[in-house]
Amino acid sequence: MNYNWNWSIYWVPSPEGGGTYMDFLLAGLWTTLVTAALAWAVAFTVGSIMGVLRSLPGDGIRPGRALANAWVELFRNIPLLVQLFLWYFVLPEVVPKGFGDWLKQRNDAPFITAVVGIGLFMSARVAVQVAAGVGALPRGQQAAGLAMGLTLPQTYRYVLLPMAYRVILPPLTSELINTIKNTSVALTIGLLELTARARAMQEFSFQVFEAFAAATIGYLVVNLVATAAMRMLERRLKLPGYGG
Amino acid sequence: MSFDFDAIWRTLPYLFLEGMQFTLTLTALSALGGLVLGTGIALLRLAGGRVLSAVAAGYVNLMRSLPLVLVIFWFYFLVPYLGQWVTGAARPIKVGAFASAWLTFTLFEAAYFSEIIRGGIQSIPRGQSQAGAALGLTWGQVMGSVILPQVFRTMLPVLLTQTIILFQDTSLVYVISLTDFLGAASKVAQRDGRLVEMYVFAALVYFAVCFLASQGVKRLQSRVAIIR
Amino acid sequence: MRAFDEGSMSGPVIRMDRVSKFYGPAFQVLKECSLEVARGEVVVVCGPSGSGKSTLIKCVNALEPFQSGAIEVNGARLLPGGRGVDLPKLRARVGMVFQHFELFPHLSVMGNLALAQRKALGRGEAEARAKGAALLERVGLSEHADKYPGQLSGGQQQRVAIARALAMDPVVMLFDEPTSALDPEMVSEVLDVMVALAAEGMTMMVVTHEMGFARRVAHRVVFMDRGEVVVDAAKEQFFGAATNERAAQFLSKILAH
Repeated sequence: MNYNWNWSIYWVPSPEGGGTYMDFLLAGLWTTLVTAALAWAVAFTVGSIMGVLRSLPGDGIRPGRALANAWVELFRNIPLLVQLFLWYFVLPEVVPKGFGDWLKQRNDAPFITAVVGIGLFMSARVAVQVAAGVGALPRGQQAAGLAMGLTLPQTYRYVLLPMAYRVILPPLTSELINTIKNTSVALTIGLLELTARARAMQEFSFQVFEAFAAATIGYLVVNLVATAAMRMLERRLKLPGYGG
Repeated sequence: MSFDFDAIWRTLPYLFLEGMQFTLTLTALSALGGLVLGTGIALLRLAGGRVLSAVAAGYVNLMRSLPLVLVIFWFYFLVPYLGQWVTGAARPIKVGAFASAWLTFTLFEAAYFSEIIRGGIQSIPRGQSQAGAALGLTWGQVMGSVILPQVFRTMLPVLLTQTIILFQDTSLVYVISLTDFLGAASKVAQRDGRLVEMYVFAALVYFAVCFLASQGVKRLQSRVAIIR
Repeated sequence: MRAFDEGSMSGPVIRMDRVSKFYGPAFQVLKECSLEVARGEVVVVCGPSGSGKSTLIKCVNALEPFQSGAIEVNGARLLPGGRGVDLPKLRARVGMVFQHFELFPHLSVMGNLALAQRKALGRGEAEARAKGAALLERVGLSEHADKYPGQLSGGQQQRVAIARALAMDPVVMLFDEPTSALDPEMVSEVLDVMVALAAEGMTMMVVTHEMGFARRVAHRVVFMDRGEVVVDAAKEQFFGAATNERAAQFLSKILAH
């Protein structure tokens, strides 16, 4: 194969200055993690609210449920890349000029856009999970909560949601992993996360395999750590005598 | 700020005949390839013996752990070298952009399709395969004539939903500068300075296609259930 | 909206006045049902499946909305669609025990007992726990206070559920087939608690197939069939001489084994 293997490329100073290629890549990994964490915070918060609305019982049309369903349809029928472009390129143009210019000039515009864009994209998925979790509980749980004199919000807060979140921990873990993977899409708007930096390293050094191998290992490790952390959480939340 | 509808109107042929055609073709061919390969991987996992089963599982877990963008880059750079290695040529083989993308998406989506098929096979009651065997059918015949037909039927809605996701995923060929629908819209946007119009239009088109398709799948769901 | 009355000492605790309920335009599940439960009375409601008895009892605390008629609970008048009464306040004073226990699996037994006392009645933590402990003693489960529902047997769970309802100091206790989901050997431990409760003068409305319980403890028996109250008679009358033919048929099938 016509390729110069050079596994010591990682310890060579990168043209970016400020350290070796390994430092360069690790900075990308850090960006990936921070972006994913903040985006997940957005997704979880907004998604929980939308999920609760989506799960509301009711005869007839409830405006909350209609809103939540519209939210889910909107954010899950448009590709993430297109959504990021809308936030990054279109939003500054349609808001009042002063605000738009301020948005465009921010140094961290790619980062903020990524957090908001990925966060809201994932919030639709979290909403579907939360609603499914509530829907999976025995019908009688809500009836029992109400029968005791709890209001519907109290019933959600003290009876339904604590169990629903436990039920959906596994799919939520998947969505967390998806959030981490989705940060890579933001390289198209200039976010220098792990994949972006691997690509840059490949362009500077021509060491294609070394660059992308490092990124691959990075994602695999992050994946393993996140999955293990969620499993630990699952164990801590496990109820005696309940479930397998 | 005025919304220039004309920018969209003028470029509709380009957007759809070039861009959307690329997207749809890539989606269809990758879905087909991914489904065939995914079914094979699922069967390997379920019945392939320890080694093959582990390899199949490893493949699926790897593909599902990596961002699609990274996998796209991998295949984009890797395939020419692989081709050279396989054919013993003197230089890395230049593979067409479309072929590279099709290979990427087929191999990537196969991991997801295989999980769907595997879940589907496991959900068929054991009595079905036992009945098939009792009639004297071989494993292959039982799979082909009894199990998989039921699996494809019950899993059809899920498979179609995954295809809709694939349709959205193809937009990521942007990172290797291929001209799919988004790529076409983007080119026009940059050439004509009409970012707002083109990206909003692209979003609307994607939304319309995906929303209508998923509504169609919902309707289908109630029709295909197998009553036991 | 009227605030929930603290109770007129006279008058029935529950009065249902021609209550009708429809599922969609075609299917009428309750047909002009009227029935009264006086203070301290134990009324057993029985009937074949689909007769509407579970639906009827769930109308009393507005878990099921009804379309016409009215229900008075301890003086407060509940109207169609759940109007007329502050529902959480009503439900805090009406105890309900469910067929599938419906303990909250993520809370300990004590947690289950204390939750509604604190949130719906505003009692302090210490007071709620003390009440819970006293009730656990009453149902014979003191040593399980810190266990989780998943660790208890069905009979134990249902007894906790009864204690949980009693913790709210209800004016009436509603039981929706409380022993139907229990293994046979656990039925008596739950029925014993219910019998003791009746002996103490608790007003009770019980949907059940347990005719032995009805014979022992009920004051009146109501038989429902296809959404209608067909028989509403004092116990002696119901089990005694010629009663309604449909009811007699039902009874003979149940009592056969």
